[in-house]
Amino acid sequence: MTDSPVAIAPGVHWIGALDPQLRIFDVILKTANGTTYNAYCVRGETGVAIIDTVKAEFADTFFEHLEQVARYDEITAIVLNHLEPDHTGALPELMRRAPNARLYISVKAQTMLKGLLKSEDLEYTPVNTGDTVDLGGRTLTFLNTPFLHWPDTQCTYLNEEAMLFSGDVFGCHFCDSRLFNDRVGDFRFSFEYYYQHIMRPFREHVRAGLDLIEPLELSLIAPAHGPILRDAPRSYVQRYRQLAAPLLHNEAADRAKTLLIFYISSYGNTARMALAVRDGAEEVEGVRASLYDLQGGEVAPFVDLIEEADCIVFGSPTINGDAVKPIWDLLSSLAVVNIKDKLGAAFGSYGWTGEAVAMVEDRLRGLKLRVPVRGVKAKLIPNEAELAQCWMLGHQLAEHLTGRNARRVIDMSELLNV
Amino acid sequence: MPKANVTFEDIGVTVSVPAGTRLIEISEKVGAGITYGCREGECATCMMKIVSGMENMSEGSVLEDKVLQENMASRKHRLACQAQVLGGEIVVRPG
Repeated sequence: MTDSPVAIAPGVHWIGALDPQLRIFDVILKTANGTTYNAYCVRGETGVAIIDTVKAEFADTFFEHLEQVARYDEITAIVLNHLEPDHTGALPELMRRAPNARLYISVKAQTMLKGLLKSEDLEYTPVNTGDTVDLGGRTLTFLNTPFLHWPDTQCTYLNEEAMLFSGDVFGCHFCDSRLFNDRVGDFRFSFEYYYQHIMRPFREHVRAGLDLIEPLELSLIAPAHGPILRDAPRSYVQRYRQLAAPLLHNEAADRAKTLLIFYISSYGNTARMALAVRDGAEEVEGVRASLYDLQGGEVAPFVDLIEEADCIVFGSPTINGDAVKPIWDLLSSLAVVNIKDKLGAAFGSYGWTGEAVAMVEDRLRGLKLRVPVRGVKAKLIPNEAELAQCWMLGHQLAEHLTGRNARRVIDMSELLNV
Repeated sequence: MPKANVTFEDIGVTVSVPAGTRLIEISEKVGAGITYGCREGECATCMMKIVSGMENMSEGSVLEDKVLQENMASRKHRLACQAQVLGGEIVVRPG
């Protein structure tokens, strides 16, 4: 079937490529069913638009398909919904073959285009929500949908057919030559898996994108990967709305900020410090502080908790000059959730050198958390003064969370050993 | 050495710093909400708003001005990884 282009409406064709053998996509995603690189050709009375291309290795297939539905000199528009190489691998050659075509990219894609084509001297039109391209009796309208899942991503709507060319949104890695969602095998888990790994870190942006998409009439959604959604397309939009909602119900949401303390302790010293941090935080009205011993938990549910939290605090001993592995395991598993701008902090007991606290603080800053209160470290058994520092750490974090932190003036020298 | 006072409006902290200090040297350590990506003036993650005191900041380099323009920044925006304070009072916030 897909040795040739596939008509999805009169004058609208799928001209992409199948990659059934792929098992790992972009290092981070597994796929039991390969993937597809979907590209589309839309014909109007006065122009032809190509929407997206394919991964470079599949360029020959893409051009074979394209040539069966359009001549290169007819192409007036090339639309890129997303500039990642799996959608732009055939772009340089397409631009060479179709010299009459104007390139349309989102406003945020401009620097990426220059990086991709390694040229500053490029002809293109940056577009934003509501901008249109007239193909003669057919109109493409752009929807700027940044961070679904890159800064540059956009969707393109074919007004007269009520078709949404959605880029990676509503896509999945699932290759089936029958192509349409009502004919392919069961791809529900691939759709969910794709969302969880690609879109989940950007759920606020997903919600903003859905605000643009939901009012549209939708006869069909044509994503850049996986099945074309012609049967009940709106159900996939509704599913995205569900997936972009908070994962966990927070019983205290309307009255409390959440502060989570994750700790691990060899001899109970870091554990005692954790209790003091919690007690200090609990003293501040409007903060719900919770303690978790990493020895008794698995990473995935903690990631879910962190996604919904306002502040995360890590207690780690220092062993051989490093924070311990369960701490790093959790801190290296947060790429699937948005943690930017949450508050973070660290504390811990140590025997010789005590590097863990500063290392964890640096990692938290690297993850774009704010670390407003200096961490606490205690040599071996924390004394009353050190436990008081821990109490104050929790208390000050809670004050930051609730906007009660006092304004202060400091000298830069106070920051030098932070 | 001439000093400047930089106020991070989002957390209510004012830091007294030597003239020539880049914002990146202090904003993370004080826990302000300005976040960083590449840290070398390319990605614009650290774009911040100068609430007041732009006249007390260094001129933008060609690179910084280009990146700000490409990211549709207003005239009140600078990159915290590039901008230096020269003296006086400066108030900044994320964004």
